[in-house]
Amino acid sequence: MLKLDSVFKTFNPNTINENKVLNGLSLHLLPGDFVTVIGGNGAGKSTMLNSVAGVFPVDYGTITIDGKDVTKLSEHKRSAFIGRVFQDPMTGTAASMNIEDNLALAFRRGKSRSLKWGITSKERKEYKSLLATLGLGLESRLTDKVGLLSGGQRQALTLLMATLVKPKILLLDEHTAALDPKTAAKVLEISEQIVEKNNLTTMMVTHNMRDAIVHGNRLIMMNKGRVILDIRGEEKKKLTVEDLLSRFTVAAGEEFTSDSAILG
Amino acid sequence: MGAIILGAVSLGTLWAIMTLGVYITYRILDIADLTVEGSIATGAAVAAHFIESGMNPWAATGLAIISGMLAGLATGLLHTKLRIPPLLAGILTMIALYSINLRIMGRSNVPLLQTDSVFTGLINFVGGNKNVSILIIGLLCCTAVSVFTYWFFGTEIGCGVRATGSNQQMARAQGINTGNMINIGLVISNGLVAFSGALIAQNQSFSDVQMGTGSIVIGLASLIIGEVLFAMKTNSFKRVIFAVCLGAILYRIIIALVLKAGMNPNDLKLFTAITVAICLSLPVGRSYLMTIIKSVKGGRENA
Repeated sequence: MLKLDSVFKTFNPNTINENKVLNGLSLHLLPGDFVTVIGGNGAGKSTMLNSVAGVFPVDYGTITIDGKDVTKLSEHKRSAFIGRVFQDPMTGTAASMNIEDNLALAFRRGKSRSLKWGITSKERKEYKSLLATLGLGLESRLTDKVGLLSGGQRQALTLLMATLVKPKILLLDEHTAALDPKTAAKVLEISEQIVEKNNLTTMMVTHNMRDAIVHGNRLIMMNKGRVILDIRGEEKKKLTVEDLLSRFTVAAGEEFTSDSAILG
Repeated sequence: MGAIILGAVSLGTLWAIMTLGVYITYRILDIADLTVEGSIATGAAVAAHFIESGMNPWAATGLAIISGMLAGLATGLLHTKLRIPPLLAGILTMIALYSINLRIMGRSNVPLLQTDSVFTGLINFVGGNKNVSILIIGLLCCTAVSVFTYWFFGTEIGCGVRATGSNQQMARAQGINTGNMINIGLVISNGLVAFSGALIAQNQSFSDVQMGTGSIVIGLASLIIGEVLFAMKTNSFKRVIFAVCLGAILYRIIIALVLKAGMNPNDLKLFTAITVAICLSLPVGRSYLMTIIKSVKGGRENA
């Protein structure tokens, strides 16, 4: 479904700030894979997701979504295939627009926009029932500005928006990291439900090893811009945090350095 | 006194069109677009040039709108294609337009005394007070522009422009070509501004290359007065558009009154700038005041 083939990305090349973030990254996601991604700071997790989303062009390598080479496709065109939820709850929604307008924008992802009215009354009903499934009381606040919502509500709404038009790939970039533990758990639960219901191919970056083990059918660990561990199926179900840490040390030849990942 | 107010209101309806243009860039796109200072004069220059050469005033006004849209496109392309920051892109176009406006007019001032204007027909038809005719035409144009603005920003493309102004990252993630949306917003905005410039020139019977100076501040003053007084706590877009137009009219009334009260016209721009500065700082002032009030109250309760 998603194929990254020896992708390289260097930020600020040929300067003192040169940063080789992706170093020949290759990864192949099968349809319906729910992959959790972990790794230390600067391992290239977010850069990988942003490369797939087309936020910046990659230096070398190809990215294929469902058999289509998207490497040269601009971000807004690629978004026809991709649903995204960001770490910062402010990023995924338009704060100055109301809930239904945000959903209506997402409903038109991948379609050409015309001078037809931006939202229809039929859609409104649909949005209402979809919002009700989140269980956050948003179904009665369709015309409230999104800026008035809490971080957790905004992430749940962003999830709904990312999947309103079924994406070929769903990218979750530490989307619960900015939330308090209780809200984070709720948003994760909603994510799990949505992914399962739509059978979505998903990549979820997380800094929390326990979450990475509990969710999804496959776990990859990144270090220095490559995948160093790829664990799936039965093997993944039996994993523990201690296992992961020791296997990281073996694979990377160094200690895992991210307090939050170990303590979180 | 009545005549002064009537004159101010009718002029206000013409400036309201420009204020809606400023609203589109400043509020919807979240760009302080200085192209306005040039494009309002371009609208006036194009209208004056073609009216002077014998064209129908409405057709000349139509060409003025198109010229403003091109000016907006120039700023848009400088920003979206060449990655020049929007404020600087606007300034570049504004400066370039100064020379272009002189080229269009052939001199720095074109009088329109002996020629027809869009107001002439109605003035001849109704007879009597010229200001009433200007007010009627102004209100018609202003209403048409308001209806257009309301309609456009309710469409799928209009929503895309709003989303781009609100959050570009989100807009791109939802498949919106943000560069195009910024261009569309700037084109429409400057089209309206030039429309307003064309009408103002015909109202005052001359076009001057300097007439754009300070217009962005006038637009902002009108916009903020309208928002603060008539649209503080509303989600209704209709209400906001209405408030913006009222703000422009009210601004003209205020100016007419302070001039009547004896203010030196040379001080007007200073007066406007100070008004805008005060209005823009209202939120800061308010929260500062609230802290003081709270601490005083808290002090009493603790005592």
